[in-house]
Amino acid sequence: MPTRAFTSGVQTVERALVVDPGQRVPGRAAGFPLRREGPAKLTGAAKYTDDLVFPGAWHGITIRSTEAHAKLVAIELDPDVDWSKVVVATAADIPGDNVVASIKDDQPVLVPVGGVIRHHAEPVALLAAPDKETLRRLKGRIRLVTEPLPPVFDPEQSDHVFAKYEVTTGDLALGFAGADLIVEGTYRVGHQEQLYIENNAMIAVPGDDGGIVIHGSLQCPYYVHKALKRALRLTHVQARVIAEETGGGFGGKEEYPSMIALHASLLALKAKRPVRMIYERHEDISATTKRHPAIVRHRSGVTKDGVLVAQDVEVIMDGGAYCTLSPVVLSRGLLHAGGPYRCPNVRLRACATRTNTPPNGAFRGFGAPQTEFAAEMQLNRIAERLEMSPAELRRRNVYRLNDTTPTGQVLRESVAAEEVLEQALGASHFERIRERTARESAERGGSGTIPPGPLRSGDRRVANGIGLALGWHGAGFTGSGEVYIGSIASVELTADGRIRVLTANTEMGQGTKTVFPQMVAAELGVPSDWVEYAPQDTAEVPDSGPTVASRTVMVVGGLVIRAARRLKAAVEERNPGVPFHEAFRDDAKANGATRIDQKFEAYPGVVFDDATYVGDAYPAYGWAAAVASVEVDLDTAEVTVRDVIAVDDVGKVIHPVLCEGQVEGGTLQAVGYATLEEMKVRDGRYLNDRLATYLIPTAMDAPHIRTILVEAPFSGAPHGAKGVGELPMDVAAPAVIAAIHDATGVWIHDLPATPERILAAMHGDRGAPAA
Amino acid sequence: MPAEPQIDVPRHLFEAYERLAAGPTRPIAGGTDVMVAITGELAPIPERMLDLSRIDALRGIQLEAGSLVLGARTTYTEIRRSALCREHLPVLVEAAATIGAAQIQNRGTLGGNIANASPAGDMLPILLATDAAILVGGQRGEREIPAKDFFIAYRKTALAPDELILHVRFPLPPGREVRFRKVGTRRAQAISKVVMALAWEDFGSTGWQNVRVALGSVAATPIRARKTELILEGARPTPEAADLAAEILVRELNPIDDVRSTADYRRMVSARILHRLLREAGGW
Repeated sequence: MPTRAFTSGVQTVERALVVDPGQRVPGRAAGFPLRREGPAKLTGAAKYTDDLVFPGAWHGITIRSTEAHAKLVAIELDPDVDWSKVVVATAADIPGDNVVASIKDDQPVLVPVGGVIRHHAEPVALLAAPDKETLRRLKGRIRLVTEPLPPVFDPEQSDHVFAKYEVTTGDLALGFAGADLIVEGTYRVGHQEQLYIENNAMIAVPGDDGGIVIHGSLQCPYYVHKALKRALRLTHVQARVIAEETGGGFGGKEEYPSMIALHASLLALKAKRPVRMIYERHEDISATTKRHPAIVRHRSGVTKDGVLVAQDVEVIMDGGAYCTLSPVVLSRGLLHAGGPYRCPNVRLRACATRTNTPPNGAFRGFGAPQTEFAAEMQLNRIAERLEMSPAELRRRNVYRLNDTTPTGQVLRESVAAEEVLEQALGASHFERIRERTARESAERGGSGTIPPGPLRSGDRRVANGIGLALGWHGAGFTGSGEVYIGSIASVELTADGRIRVLTANTEMGQGTKTVFPQMVAAELGVPSDWVEYAPQDTAEVPDSGPTVASRTVMVVGGLVIRAARRLKAAVEERNPGVPFHEAFRDDAKANGATRIDQKFEAYPGVVFDDATYVGDAYPAYGWAAAVASVEVDLDTAEVTVRDVIAVDDVGKVIHPVLCEGQVEGGTLQAVGYATLEEMKVRDGRYLNDRLATYLIPTAMDAPHIRTILVEAPFSGAPHGAKGVGELPMDVAAPAVIAAIHDATGVWIHDLPATPERILAAMHGDRGAPAA
Repeated sequence: MPAEPQIDVPRHLFEAYERLAAGPTRPIAGGTDVMVAITGELAPIPERMLDLSRIDALRGIQLEAGSLVLGARTTYTEIRRSALCREHLPVLVEAAATIGAAQIQNRGTLGGNIANASPAGDMLPILLATDAAILVGGQRGEREIPAKDFFIAYRKTALAPDELILHVRFPLPPGREVRFRKVGTRRAQAISKVVMALAWEDFGSTGWQNVRVALGSVAATPIRARKTELILEGARPTPEAADLAAEILVRELNPIDDVRSTADYRRMVSARILHRLLREAGGW
C-alpha cells in the first residue's frame, strides 16, 4: 500500500480503492467512468480529516465573543486553573499580520486586546489540550472583559459600505414614460446555510523547518496557503496545504477554512505538536459563513404587449461583520439582477454593507440566486398584471443571439435561453396544466357549500399549482477575474510511464477526480483508469485557482485538455507514426518525464472594464429554466413540491450522471431555500443554529426532479463547457413561489415561503382573537 | 477529572428504587433526549445515571381488564409493530410513525417521551385525549397518576425524584374514536408546530360524549382545550358545531412565537385541523 510521509514524520496509510478497472455500468453511464472516490465513500473506507490519526495530536477549540459589538479590554485566565498543562493562544502569538487574507484585510485571525469585536461568534482566543474533556472543563474559565459598543443589525442602517456598484444603459425616464404599466416590488431573502455533510475540520502539523502542514476539509488549497504565509510569516515552501477527502462545500469551505487553518496552526506552533480543530455542527452553523441576506427593489415598465422597456433595480446585501467575498458576491448579484431579458433602459444599483452579524460569504450561486429570485418574481407579477401567460411574457423579452446586456455585452454565441424555456414548457405541459389549476381555483372560490375562512378551508383540502422561472448564470469568474489569477494546470507523463493530472481543484462530491482524468484520457486516447489525479497538495500541484464559480470543468478543464493535447503532440512528434497510447510508455523510458504546464490565457475577444462595469461581464452564460409543481394543504398551508422539470444549458456535458447530479442537487437546495430554510436572527445571533432547528429538505421532502441537459457550446473553451454547479440554484426557488401563487392566489415576496407566511397571506391574522 | 458519569445498570426494579432513593441520578432509557443534551452541551453531564435497559419489568404491551398497558421502555418501533396497539388503539401506531427517523424510533421510548415532558412530545396529547394513567413506583410504593395531572409546568412532571415511570394504562371504552394530526416543520424528522389528538364516544342518539381535545406545542405543557371540549360535549359533528368549536379553540389557546412557528399560525392551524377532523368525522 502507498504511504505518505508528512514533515512531522507521522505517516498515514492510504487504502487502495476497491474499483475494478474493467467495471462498467449500464444505462446512461455506459461508456463513462465510475466515480473515482465513490467506492471508498460508499464502503466507509474514505478518510475525512477527522478520520486521520496523528499520534500525540492535541485538540483545539475557539473561544468566541458572546457579544455582537464590543471593545475587548482584557482576556482573563482563571487563576485557580493550572494553565501550564494546556496551550492558550491569543492575537499576541501571531508572528505575521493579524489578518485572514482575503479581498480586504479587515478580518483579524483573533481579536487583539484593545481591538473591536464585531460579531457574537468572533474568535478571540484559542485553547488546546490533550483531550476534549479538559477543553470542555476549561473553556468557561477564560473570561473576556469587554465594553459594549452600539451594534448595527439592519444593513440599510449601516454606514459602512463594503462595495457599491451601478450599471446603467439607455434612458430610464424615457423608458418609464413609454411604459403602459409600471410594476414595483420589494423582495427579501435571508441567510442560507450550506450544510455540507462534513463539518469544517483542520489539522495543523508543525514541521522541523518552522513550517506548517495543513490537512483539511476545504475547497481552495491556495487560499489557505496564502493566508498561512501572511499571518504566520511563512515562505512558500514552509506553508503546505493538503485537501483531504471533503464532504461537501457549496462555497462554505471557500474562505472560512483559512481562518480555521490559522487557528490550528497557532496552537500547533505553540504546543509544538499536531493540533486538531474539528468543528461540531452547532459551532459550524453559528460561526461560519452563510448566503448573504438581500433586499431587492424592482421598478419595471412594460408595454401592454408585454415588452420590457425600463428596469430599475436596487440590491442591498448584508455583508455581516467583515468584507470576506462580499464585493464579488454583490457584483455577480448585480450583473444578474435584471434576469435574462433584453431591456433598452436599465439602471442596476447594488451595495453591500457591514452589520454586527457573522460574516456572510460564498454559497453556490454567489449572489445570483438572491437577485434572480427577485427578477423572476417581478416577471411573474408583471405577467399576472398583464393577464398574460408567464411563458409568453418571457418569449417576448428573453435574450436572443446578438442582444446586448446592460453592461454593453453583445451575446455573440451560446445563447440558449429560448431553447431551455421551450423545452421546459413542453416537457411540463405547462400551459395545459396551468389551465387546469386555474379551473380548479375558480371552482374553489366559486359556489362551494363551505366557503373558506380563517378557521377552515373550503370544499377542497389541497390546491395544486404550477410555476415557471428562467435564469442565467455567468460562466466562470466575473470580469477579469481569470486573467487576474492566471491559473496553471498541468498534465505529466512521469519517468516511470504514468500519466498524471495536476491541479489544485478539489473533489467535494461534484466529480473533479473523475472528470479531469476522463477528459485527459479522451484527448490522449487511453482508458480513464490510466490517468491519475494527483493529490491536492500545494507541495505537488500548481495553483489552478479555487474550486468555485462553476469554473473547474469550464476553465481548469479547458487548461487540462490543452495540456493533454500538447503532451500528446510532444510524444507523437518524438515517435513518428506511433499513436500516443502505444508510444507513451517507451517514450517515458527513453526521454524521462514530460510535464506540460498550461497557463490561462484570456478568452479571445472577451473584454471587461472592472472600473466602469462596461463590457463582457462573463465569457459566456449558462441558461436554465425550471417548472415546479406544488400541492398546498389548504388546512395548514404546508407545501409539497411534487416535481420540478429542470432544463439546463451547460455548454457541453462531460459526464451525464455527474452533471445530472449537479442539477438535481442544486434544484433541491433551491427548493429548501424556497420553502424551508430560514435562519432566524435576533440581536445578531442565529437562533436556530442546530440541525434540530435549521431544517433542510429530507428525502421525504424532495420532489421528483427531471433533468434535461442542453448543449450550446462556448467557443472559448476547447470542450465548450460552461459549468453547471451553480446554474440550477438560480431558478428553482422562484418557480416554486410561482407555483404556490398558482395554487393559492397569494404572492410570497420573502423567502422562504413558510406555511406561516402563506397562511397569513391567505387569511391574515383574522384567526387571532381581538387583543 | 472524569467527565463521564457513573452509570448504574440495575437488573431489577428494587435495585433501581434503591439507587434512586440513595441520591440524585438521571434515569436513561433510549437516551434520545439525554444524549443529545450532553453532546450538544445543552445541559450539564449528570454525575450519576441509571441505565434502565436491563429491567425487563418495564417492557411489554398487554391487554389488561379493558385497558391497553404499555411498559415504559416500549419503543416507538415496538408500538408500530404491535398487533395489540393496531387493533385497540391504532392512533398510537399512527403517532409513533411520525416521530424522528427509524433510528430514533428504535431507541426512543414511551416512558422517556413522558418523563422528558416536552410540550412538543408527540405521544402526549394522545395520553391526555384517552384519559391514560401513568403508573409510577419507588421504594415508597406505587401510584397511578392520571395523564391530565402529570404535566404540571414547562418540562416539569408529577414524578418524584425517587420514582420511575413503570407503565402507561390506556382505558379502552367501547364506542370511542381517537384521531391524531401532527403539523411538523417538514415531512419527516420534524418537531411539531402543532400536534392534536381528538377523542369522543359515540352512542348514536345522545351525541358525542367524553369529548377530549388535546394539543401539544401550543403551551408550556401538553394541554386539553376544555372550553372547546365543553362545546362539543353532547354535540354532533355538524358544520355549525365545527365552526363554533374552531372559534372557541382559537380563543382558548395562547401559544407563543418560537424558533419553529408563530403564535398566530399555531392558533389558526389548531382551529383548522380541529375543523378538518370534525368534518371528516361528520362525513360532510
